[in-house]
Amino acid sequence: MSVAIHNQVLFALVIVGGVAVVASGFVSLAPNRLMSGNAIPLWEAGGSSASIAVAVLGAILLAACFAVPSQAACYAALVSAGLLLMVVFAAAGQSSSSLMAGAKPAARVSLGPAFWILAACAILAMTDALQRLAAGIGARVLVVISIASGIGLLAAGGAFDALSIVREYRTHRQVFVNALVRHMMLVGISVAGAVAIGFPLGVAVVRRPRLQGPVFTILNILQTIPSIALFGLLIVPLSALVAAVPWLATLGIGGIGVTPAIIALVLYALLPAVRNTSAGLAGVDRAAIDAGRGMGLNRRQIFWQLELPLALPVLLAGLRIVTVQAVGLAVVAALIGAGGLGTFVFDGLGQYAVDLVLLGALPAILLALVADFVIQIVSALLRQRFAP
Amino acid sequence: MIEIINVTKRYAGRSVVDGLSLTIPTGGFCVLLGSSGCGKSTTLKMINRLIATDSGTVRIAGEDVNSMPAEVLRRRIGYAIQAIGLFPHWTVDDNIATVPRLLKWQQARIRDRVTELLELFRLDPVIYRSKYPHQLSGGEQQRVGVARALAADPELLLMDEPFAAVDPITRDALQAELARIHGATNKTIVFVTHDVEEALRLATQIAIMHEGRIAQLGQPLEILENPASDFVCDFVSGQGLGLRLLSVRKVADRLRAGETAEGEPVPVETSLREALSEMITRRTNRLPVQGPDGRDLGAITLTDFVR
Repeated sequence: MSVAIHNQVLFALVIVGGVAVVASGFVSLAPNRLMSGNAIPLWEAGGSSASIAVAVLGAILLAACFAVPSQAACYAALVSAGLLLMVVFAAAGQSSSSLMAGAKPAARVSLGPAFWILAACAILAMTDALQRLAAGIGARVLVVISIASGIGLLAAGGAFDALSIVREYRTHRQVFVNALVRHMMLVGISVAGAVAIGFPLGVAVVRRPRLQGPVFTILNILQTIPSIALFGLLIVPLSALVAAVPWLATLGIGGIGVTPAIIALVLYALLPAVRNTSAGLAGVDRAAIDAGRGMGLNRRQIFWQLELPLALPVLLAGLRIVTVQAVGLAVVAALIGAGGLGTFVFDGLGQYAVDLVLLGALPAILLALVADFVIQIVSALLRQRFAP
Repeated sequence: MIEIINVTKRYAGRSVVDGLSLTIPTGGFCVLLGSSGCGKSTTLKMINRLIATDSGTVRIAGEDVNSMPAEVLRRRIGYAIQAIGLFPHWTVDDNIATVPRLLKWQQARIRDRVTELLELFRLDPVIYRSKYPHQLSGGEQQRVGVARALAADPELLLMDEPFAAVDPITRDALQAELARIHGATNKTIVFVTHDVEEALRLATQIAIMHEGRIAQLGQPLEILENPASDFVCDFVSGQGLGLRLLSVRKVADRLRAGETAEGEPVPVETSLREALSEMITRRTNRLPVQGPDGRDLGAITLTDFVR
């Protein structure tokens, strides 16, 4: 009897995860937050129960690769990958507390490559299973909520308190909350600005094709300026502006800080905003518009009842790109004193404290994922409403 | 009645429609026939002002089309196009209800009207009402497109090659349906096509267009029998004038009243083309003929075709 690998994606993930567990550290223990630590593999750090659980779930996932494709196999893969993710998180918490129990207070336990790779493989395996099950947005939301609440429960129970990144968070708690709020504000305002400018500009480009060349040329050039350079370039004109019109300074406008950050973020977001608006509107079936005109819909009715709803999926895809991009770029804005999660990243880089960098980077990634997911949900709901 | 009086349209100095005049009586089925670029579609679109005239006048029931806002005019005129242009995000029900909603009809009246139209086009309202356009076949989509054009019971229906993109069998069925509906509702229809067979089958009046002008205007038979120019002659009788004449003439034109024949009778309004086809398949040279009421009227023989 020949054995065939039916799910190559899952097989690759199992192999990568397996190699990571065997060959790299699950956590690392350092004498203090600035020194690099010793890698400790899963079976030493997490104890036998975690190791056995990981091995068993890994074996189930491996078996699922060889199973004849079926709903049951996909569900089995989904559930075991979900459990694996939980076990990995629980093992990280448990190993850090047991390691810290016998160490000096200044010692730090950081998460190692095996943790990150295993968690990533588990998440990808779940995504793959959902894809194969052709799961709707409802099922996806359910899975995300159950995973998030599982990890949330572990966190609320103090499972991760001994981890270095959590201790960094404890030290910087108030600053962290402010930075997170500032980050979301930067993203929110710049996305709103980009939509407010980019949407009308996109409509104008479709209505007047002659504008297309110049508008896209300028936006493309803006997009190619490195972000740090653009933040820097704005300092000079804004400082000059405030020097010339001093009362602007009372509004908080200046060469550094939030103002140049938002301007730069808006400029970066304009290209995808304009491009998706114009592509979305240009992609609307000409025949529908011709028929609408011929039946006596006026311009406003054609725009609101036909063009806009039909272009909406592309417009929302644009909003997704703009938001996710802004979350990432806003990290760099910390360099010109705009605050946000980038503060931790650059402080951490300066101090060579990797866990402080992560304290900035991880929430930024999470923020981007959440924004992406929320827009996907909205998109799916609207698609149901306007099912073509 | 539609009066098109000395209408001209130029693009970049070239006349697409050149001093064209045409009168279409109420209840008429006028086909604008010609090859691409002859100005037939432009002429049609100048009636509902999708294209503005450079000079000349278009009147509907004595009223100049420019005397009212374009949207008001268009809501009074049904409009169906080759690409159909159903709104993909709306159900069949919503699509058909477009113009009645623009005219702010009552909900109940709109609902009844949609039901009535779906039944007229032999689409079961229970099944089709809530479907989306992408769930329909090409023929069903075009039926819904024409139903949508008729929704507000317009006095005039403009159709721009509506059946050009459907397969021959569906086209045949749609033509039969349109002829039936024209007969039942007595609407004025202006229909653009490049298909000679289609024009001969549907029209009460054909305007053959060439280079922005009318090359000949007349009833189908008139045009076939007395083409006004070599152009018209070449255009309408491209492949076999004789067979074209057979499709336009009816059995009634060649009936031997009172005579009898063996076999299943053919209806008197059958075209000579179909009657000939019957004779060939039945291997006979004589067919009995029956009136619409089922009464025997007489017979037709093979020699009658060349009489």
